[in-house]
Amino acid sequence: MKQAIKIGLIGGVVEILLALIGMIEAFSQRYIIIDIISMGHTLIFLVALLMTSLSAKRTPHGNPLRAMINALTSGLIIGGFLAVLVVMGSLVNLRKVFINASPLLYQWLTFNQGIKAGIPLLLTGGALCGFLAGLLFLSSKLFRRVLIISLGSVVGAGVLQDLLRPTFALWGPLSVMNEWLFSANGLTLYGAIGLFVLIAALSYVWAKKGNVIRANLNGLSPSNQRVLRITTFLTLIMILLVLPQILGLFLSEVLTIVGLYVLLGLGLNIVVGFAGLLDLGYVAFFAIGAYSIAVLTSPELGFFNLSFWGALPFAIFIGVLSGFLLGIPVLKMRGDYLAIATLGFGEIIRILVLSDVLRPWLGGAQGIGKIPKAHIAGIEMATPQQIYYLILAGCLLVGFISWRLRDSRLGRAWMAVREDEDVAQAMGINLISTKLLAFATGAAFSALSGAIFASKLGSVYPHSFNVMISINIICLVIVGGMGSIPGVLVGAFALVGLPELLREFAEYRLLVYGAALVAMMLLRPEGLWPEPLQRRELHEGESSDAKPNH
Amino acid sequence: MLKRWRERITPTDVVMWFIGGTLLLLMFWGSTATLIEGRYTSHHWFDFLIFGLAQGSIYALIAMGYTMVYGTLRMINFAHSEVFMSGPYTAYFVAAAFYSSGFLDRQPILSLIFIFLVSMATSTLIAVLLERIAYRPLRTAPRLVPLITAIGASFFLQYTFRGLYGSGFQAYPVVKILEGEWMFGVFRILKFQAVVIVAAALLMTALYLFVQRTRMGKAIRAVSEDKEISSLMGIDIDRMIVTTFVIGGMAAGAAGVLYAVMFKQVHFFMGFIPGIKAFTAAVLGGIGNIPGAMLGGIFLGLVESIGPSLFLDGLGIVAPYQLKDAIAFIMLVLVLIFRPTGILGERLAIKKA
Repeated sequence: MKQAIKIGLIGGVVEILLALIGMIEAFSQRYIIIDIISMGHTLIFLVALLMTSLSAKRTPHGNPLRAMINALTSGLIIGGFLAVLVVMGSLVNLRKVFINASPLLYQWLTFNQGIKAGIPLLLTGGALCGFLAGLLFLSSKLFRRVLIISLGSVVGAGVLQDLLRPTFALWGPLSVMNEWLFSANGLTLYGAIGLFVLIAALSYVWAKKGNVIRANLNGLSPSNQRVLRITTFLTLIMILLVLPQILGLFLSEVLTIVGLYVLLGLGLNIVVGFAGLLDLGYVAFFAIGAYSIAVLTSPELGFFNLSFWGALPFAIFIGVLSGFLLGIPVLKMRGDYLAIATLGFGEIIRILVLSDVLRPWLGGAQGIGKIPKAHIAGIEMATPQQIYYLILAGCLLVGFISWRLRDSRLGRAWMAVREDEDVAQAMGINLISTKLLAFATGAAFSALSGAIFASKLGSVYPHSFNVMISINIICLVIVGGMGSIPGVLVGAFALVGLPELLREFAEYRLLVYGAALVAMMLLRPEGLWPEPLQRRELHEGESSDAKPNH
Repeated sequence: MLKRWRERITPTDVVMWFIGGTLLLLMFWGSTATLIEGRYTSHHWFDFLIFGLAQGSIYALIAMGYTMVYGTLRMINFAHSEVFMSGPYTAYFVAAAFYSSGFLDRQPILSLIFIFLVSMATSTLIAVLLERIAYRPLRTAPRLVPLITAIGASFFLQYTFRGLYGSGFQAYPVVKILEGEWMFGVFRILKFQAVVIVAAALLMTALYLFVQRTRMGKAIRAVSEDKEISSLMGIDIDRMIVTTFVIGGMAAGAAGVLYAVMFKQVHFFMGFIPGIKAFTAAVLGGIGNIPGAMLGGIFLGLVESIGPSLFLDGLGIVAPYQLKDAIAFIMLVLVLIFRPTGILGERLAIKKA
């Protein structure tokens, strides 16, 4: 009971925080199911459900009645907190301090019913969440899983409506689905129910038959398995090649941004993930790559006037060189000191570029413009759909290099350094060259990304290279799983792609990043798609079935 | 002897010495050129000095938090800059209310004290919550994990405060008794700068005495020396760690109000740069070392305010003040390279870092 009250209190505080920082109001502009439930309300319910099911789960001895009571208590407390907020808001003008405590917020919180009807409604809502969480807790595992997956996909479809709608519209016959599934803002009721039933059926069948199919696949002869793997790989490549044509302009643009971050992430993955050197100034190499291209190609400065392809090798070479140069001073540092020193380097580079001292060469605060586009076989890579191929080629190349490096002698040396520098040195690994190679390889990938970035935008400004980019890349590497190459992809899509699609909530992007990093470190330090080794290490001593495998 | 030396020197050392030597030479050359040209009068230098002292004492107060937490937990509390920001930003609303009701003009000292209290309380609360939620569960985790958590917490806090209070700059109300200047012979001191220096000095003395002279201070020092043994001696480790966060939070909250008095505005992003500078100060003085942090802060403040004019002007660099932050960061990197133990530090860095 004490536990339930505590969880309820935490949940209540979280809900109030969500309301006051304006997330609920901002999210309420978008409906999941038109005129029935908005994203803001979904957020409230989601938090309440999560907290109440935690409360049910934490019940000692798994007593069903007490679990139910605990969940109900927590739910009531959460509802009560929101009710208190609404009452407070109507008595005092909270807006003087909290700018988001607007009348609209209270309207959303009380479901447009006014205060008198809203407060009992909030309390019942809280209790209802508790009841649902209790029911879910008591029901069978299969039922819970099917329900969560299908509800999740309805919410997902609602959240990503702007992605799905134009995509369906491009697919000729499939565009009929739009009419049925979506309205102007959110899913239609029938669409949502249909989707729910469809996904529920699919996931039910998969849960029942999935093991059999998997067993069949594993039972294939080795040569057949190989054929299967190669076909999957080829299909994947084919899909990647036609993707921009299917997705249209806006989504291709999003893909190019994700691609640039994948490049950066793969580079940092070598430095942080493989070699364990936490580099917070990684954006410096991105900037160096972009500025090299700008200085070498831009007619605005007129020093060299090379073409993109003529300048690219130089840009990467300068990146590698700066990786070495910045790597030498920090060779002896470890952990925290290294992080801060590299952060300092990143800032020094930005301040230098921004200053008037280097203006004649680097353009100062105005940056450098008129950077020519890249040409392939006489075609100018100008639209996002064309640049996509450039970036895809870069990603495939860099991905291949990282994949091969990982199992090479050098890769194993990196991992040894990550695990324990002193032991690695004792085993005969040359720390200096190993670390410098990690910095240089990471810098090369980053410079490549910077070069493409510069030619994509056609101009570079010092403000595009602030410390936030470094933090973004660190986040995506860590959320994906340190040292894991597919993890970088997952991280880039989750942390760069998703926020690009939800542009109207850009204000909350870094807030969610921060929360995701903390939550990740507390709950799942190995990342979303971890390397097996990393996972084993971080869960030493825990039972082996504690975490589900991907 | 000579042979031993030659064996220990690696090519990287040579490169490092070369870089360090070049920088020193440039510094020396720049300073002599500036002084010979006589571009600045002694009044200018005195102004720089006072400004540097004021700014440095703010850095020193923030650096206390970094250094104490590092001492007990061996981690950089990256989110300390947000602890620093949260106090004055919250206290701004108190200050604004006092100002509009006229209380600030009628009872300036009383209202300043109240503003200080609110700011310190908020910062302390944030610091304690941070410790409880983000850091305590990770005490035994690999080193990288709490650092990443701290970075995440830092951004979370920044944008939470942005969500709560808005993204604009808020102008702190002007306290009338802090306007104007005092003249000492030919030198003048702006009143608020003097107040900042004196207040910071008082606070630092109080903190120093607390850590050195009280029973609790002794316990904190014991914990930072060796956690296991101090717990065997009957010291409650958790409580001492929370205490360091409380002290750090209080110092940061007070520093925040002083910062607001000096620069007259608050913003959700205001913690970032002073935070890194204060960390630099802590490293400069030898991280984990409390008097070192104070010394480092004041030194950094002075270098930052005098450095650009002294070192760079003579080299013929345009607009040297733009490079003020670069000087601070270069100092940081140089200290980390050449003397990671800091001015007063023990040999912590190599063994435990």
